[in-house]
Amino acid sequence: MESAVKAERVYKNFQSGKTEIEALNNISFEVERGELFGLIGPDGAGKTTLFRILTTLMIANKGNAWVDGFEVVSQYKEIRKRVGYMPGRFSLYQDLSVEENISFFATLFGTTLEENYEFVKDIYVQIEPFKKRRAGALSGGMKQKLALSCALIHRPSVLFLDEPTTGVDAVSRQEFWDLLKSLQHQGITIVVSTPYMDEANLCDRVALMQNGKIMDIDTPKGITQKFPKPLWAIIAADMYKLMHDLRSDERVDTCYPFGQYHHITFTELNQEIQSIEKTLVEKGHADLSIQKIEPTIEDCFMELMNK
Amino acid sequence: MRTLKILLEKEFRQIFRNPAILRLIFIMPIIQLLVLPLAADYEVRDINIAVVDQDHSSYSRKLTDKISASKYFNLVVYTNSYNEAIREVEKDNADVVLQIPSFFEKNLVKEDGAQLFMALNAINGVKANLGGVYLRSIINDFNGEVRLEWMQLPRFNPQPMIKISSINWFNPLLNYQFFMVPGILVILVTMVGAFLAALNIVKEKEIGTIEQINVTPIRKHQFILGKLIPFWVLGLVILSIGLLLARIFYGIIPEGSFLTVYLFAVVYLLAVLGLGLLISTYTETQQQAMLISFFVMMVFILLGGLYTSIDSMPMWAQIFTKFNPVTYFIEVMRMVVLKGSSLYDIRHHLLIVTGFGIFLNTWAVINYKKRS
Repeated sequence: MESAVKAERVYKNFQSGKTEIEALNNISFEVERGELFGLIGPDGAGKTTLFRILTTLMIANKGNAWVDGFEVVSQYKEIRKRVGYMPGRFSLYQDLSVEENISFFATLFGTTLEENYEFVKDIYVQIEPFKKRRAGALSGGMKQKLALSCALIHRPSVLFLDEPTTGVDAVSRQEFWDLLKSLQHQGITIVVSTPYMDEANLCDRVALMQNGKIMDIDTPKGITQKFPKPLWAIIAADMYKLMHDLRSDERVDTCYPFGQYHHITFTELNQEIQSIEKTLVEKGHADLSIQKIEPTIEDCFMELMNK
Repeated sequence: MRTLKILLEKEFRQIFRNPAILRLIFIMPIIQLLVLPLAADYEVRDINIAVVDQDHSSYSRKLTDKISASKYFNLVVYTNSYNEAIREVEKDNADVVLQIPSFFEKNLVKEDGAQLFMALNAINGVKANLGGVYLRSIINDFNGEVRLEWMQLPRFNPQPMIKISSINWFNPLLNYQFFMVPGILVILVTMVGAFLAALNIVKEKEIGTIEQINVTPIRKHQFILGKLIPFWVLGLVILSIGLLLARIFYGIIPEGSFLTVYLFAVVYLLAVLGLGLLISTYTETQQQAMLISFFVMMVFILLGGLYTSIDSMPMWAQIFTKFNPVTYFIEVMRMVVLKGSSLYDIRHHLLIVTGFGIFLNTWAVINYKKRS
């Protein structure tokens, strides 16, 4: 069986005045059926552009893409029938009620809420108490659920979610990912983009994007395993001075702040940690503590960016 | 069909939930139709006149009385210094200066002829022009009276004379409002048809809802129809409100048939809706659409024959008005309302506006893209 989403050397640029912006540069990837696939990258990496091409809203300059076996340019009509798209910005009618929004989109897809009630039930029951309320008056998390319901109302086979958790609180984010998991169990292929590296671990496979290029595609575990060097977390009383001293030390390769720690790698693979500690103590650092840690996706992202 | 139905349902719900649009629809016609026709009046009255009387004779006083008794002139200054009168003109207190030189009466009686001097403030060209004409006719009149006083006119005119009497057809009292109200109504219908529709579509672009619509299997023509029909209906509602107001407040009852007016309006609205759609395809934000609409509206109003007569425009402007759909509707409205023209009389207008409709809508539909 062919893959749910396939992109082959997709290229897209925008003309902005006299400068040309490469939004997507030679993007190729495949998403298997039933997979929860993540596009991870900072703002401006090209995630939204890629989504717009895959959902037939935009035409690529070069390259080809298929969604659910249909080619995005010539067979866009078929694709529109079977994909669900939730744009990053809330794009439902704020002046229509929850109920009206859902039945509006259901009708556009030639179906009704009743027909697919079972399918969207898990999500819809959470907003059903507010069904008479106008969409504009919902909270951020509720809006998100309404948008998801509208994107799911026609039982799409592939669901595209553009930064669904941006600007959503931690609890709602967790809930949202749980919902995605349960949708995945119903057999939907889900492609989700996010700027949050910690969410990468919740995906089956991720593509790390930066400046319109895909840097790596693998399972979250596969990506962290590829981290080339041992990684250390270091903490001391004066973190700013610590970073300064570490970065000026020639034995240190990289040093990035991560929460309350700095993550560092060394130029030598078998760098003796005691000698580093000794130098730092000599420079007057108090409460020094260094420990070896497993790299996260974010560490890998930083590492890949510097290549 | 079901898709179109839900689109229309949604559109009307949104319109009725938007207090700004509702106010616009119901209050705008009232204000425009009740206030504007009163203010936009061609007739020049209250021309301020300064009389410089250097004669102080009974004739000069008689002439002054005659002028100030006319409803067109207000005597603001009566002096014997020309400089003082001109100063009043400079201060914009007077529009016209009439100088009656000394020996005016004496010359008139003895020499059978006298001279008067008239100075006009031409900053307001229309006022100066008309003021001059009115004043001249008053003086002519005065002249006739003086002649009667001094000589017995022969029973038959020594020279053949042509006497003119006139009648104003279709608007016997030359009621300015009869002329303005139908025109203003056209502007109202145009604004709703073209610009509310354009703004509405651009709004969907601006807040991103069009994105969500575009990923659905909805067809292009369904979406466009879903946008055009509501504003088409609104346009006809405004027209009806306007005709009702015209009847109640100005007693304007169309001489021709309502059917003719509505039939033309139906076709005309299709044309202006096409224009609205076209504007929306070239703009991304409501602000852009608004600015373009303003510009187009100005051109439409000034070159549509609402305030200024098309026949007195320069040739190039007259040609331009041929490409202005508003011109045709204003003409048709005046023809049907004042003259009672029938469908047969306006057939050319109808044909041309149909052409506009086809042209604008085709252009808009071709330019409307569901994707970039």
